[in-house]
Amino acid sequence: MNLRKIKNFLFIGFCMGASALGLGVLASILYSLVSNGIAGMGWHVFTELTPGPGSFGGLKNAIIGSLMLTATGIVIATPVGILAGTWLSEADKNSRIADALRFLNGMLMSAPSILVGMFVYATVVVTTGGYSGWAGALALAILALPTIISATEEMLRLVPPTLKEAGSGLGAPRWIVITRLSYRAAGPGIITGILLSVARISGETAPLLFTALNSNFMTTDMGAPMANLPVTIYQYAMSPFQSWNELAWAGALLITTFILVINILAKALPALIKARKVRA
Amino acid sequence: MPTISLPKRPDGDTLFFRLSFSSAVLILLVLTGIVLSLIDGGWMALREFGPGFVFRNIWDPVNGQFGAASAVYGTLVSSLIAMVIAVPLSLGVAIFLAELAPDWVSQPVGMAIELLAAVPSIIYGMWGLFVFAPWFSDGFQMWAADHLVDLPLIGHWFDGPPIGIGLLTAGIILAIMILPIVSSLVRDALKTVPNVLREAAYGVGATPFEVVTKVLLPAIKNAAVGASILGLGRALGETMAVAFVIGGANRIETSLFMPASSISSTIAQQFNEATDPLHISSLIGLGIVLFMLTFVVMGFARVLLKKKR
Repeated sequence: MNLRKIKNFLFIGFCMGASALGLGVLASILYSLVSNGIAGMGWHVFTELTPGPGSFGGLKNAIIGSLMLTATGIVIATPVGILAGTWLSEADKNSRIADALRFLNGMLMSAPSILVGMFVYATVVVTTGGYSGWAGALALAILALPTIISATEEMLRLVPPTLKEAGSGLGAPRWIVITRLSYRAAGPGIITGILLSVARISGETAPLLFTALNSNFMTTDMGAPMANLPVTIYQYAMSPFQSWNELAWAGALLITTFILVINILAKALPALIKARKVRA
Repeated sequence: MPTISLPKRPDGDTLFFRLSFSSAVLILLVLTGIVLSLIDGGWMALREFGPGFVFRNIWDPVNGQFGAASAVYGTLVSSLIAMVIAVPLSLGVAIFLAELAPDWVSQPVGMAIELLAAVPSIIYGMWGLFVFAPWFSDGFQMWAADHLVDLPLIGHWFDGPPIGIGLLTAGIILAIMILPIVSSLVRDALKTVPNVLREAAYGVGATPFEVVTKVLLPAIKNAAVGASILGLGRALGETMAVAFVIGGANRIETSLFMPASSISSTIAQQFNEATDPLHISSLIGLGIVLFMLTFVVMGFARVLLKKKR
């Protein structure tokens, strides 16, 4: 074998090895989640409140709190994100303002989430006098916003211009064309973007640490500190108590399953909708 | 002749575009808000310690002395370790998926790698602490204590307690986290290279190795560098995964096995417990340093990625 063939052989081996390593890590993470998570899983996880150290309990308040925080965050971010994305997609091609805002949106997308938490702490928690569910939801909304904006913009750009021209030709003003035609055509793609940001924010921990904080009580009051899964998992996993560690694994399994399912759903959605339309 | 006056209607277009424009401007407002609130909160620390805050190597909440050096060191070193491990591996994965594997392999494997990117960071942290760290301690650190410590120049990197957590562990976990991001970006870039280039290279008898290194990688150089820097930006700002495994000691140690702290892990671990206003302000001051680091790195990455398109 000559040198070139040996080099090529090693190269292909390295590439395959790297991919196998990536898959191996994913497998190891999923395996440890499932094996440890199932050990701590049971109906009590959904029916009992978060316990004190060493005693029996579940994650009911944390699960409900997380659902409320995520839902509120998305409800805040969605209309703003869609409108902003619409403006960017309709903006003039040479618009400097649109270019700058697009760049800033990219920066916001990659800003460390803990800094967003600090920002909401300084503006909301300090001024309203305490940690609250609203502060947590707002931090999550800020994290969801850039993804929704760029998904909306990209999807609206894919809408065929002929469709919009047909609408305008019937005498519809631009905003009717956008809301009745473009949004409908781009809908599945925009929903995918929203689902992906649901998946992202439902696992975020750092921005909740100093906004929603955490709580051991069952509360649906967004004005008070709110229990949530990620912070609970963090606290319980870092603790020396075995019962807490088990609950942390159960919570981790729940949250990862939720996120992976949403991700797969989000990616399959456009194809599913298309298939249904063709059949109809 | 009577003139017909149309009833006055609110102009929907103007209203709609004003509304959507103000939503778009919100991006700018939020970013400005983040910057202003950080500067406002960190002002006390910056005034107390001056711009030298960044380089002061002391973090002593008991005596009210603060400096960013140890946290900056932890952030930079753990991210550097992550890059050294993740960049070559990501290139390997991307090349495997885009160039070497048949579709029936690359589709599911690509999907799996993308799922790895969706796993939230606390899960990486937990996995790192409960699964990886014990294994790393037994499987590598014990061995390193016997075999690597006496190496010239780099031996002291491995001179520390084999407890499984510390700077090196944090770097490895970060590498695992950025691997899927970098590899899927590079894979997408590889797919944009026109097929005629590959065919021409294979046509003159090049091996896959030569096609990739001499034709494809030069063609996507900007995108690959941009993707790597994007990964670096993620590593610099990552909080939870690092907070689990870095150990939480605000010291600068040359050993990579020693517990350390990054900027974000220091903030996550101390912000809620801090009561001294100067301590809080210093933590926010760390936030300013982190913001500047990531902003510069990310801006650079985006410019490079854009050039390619």
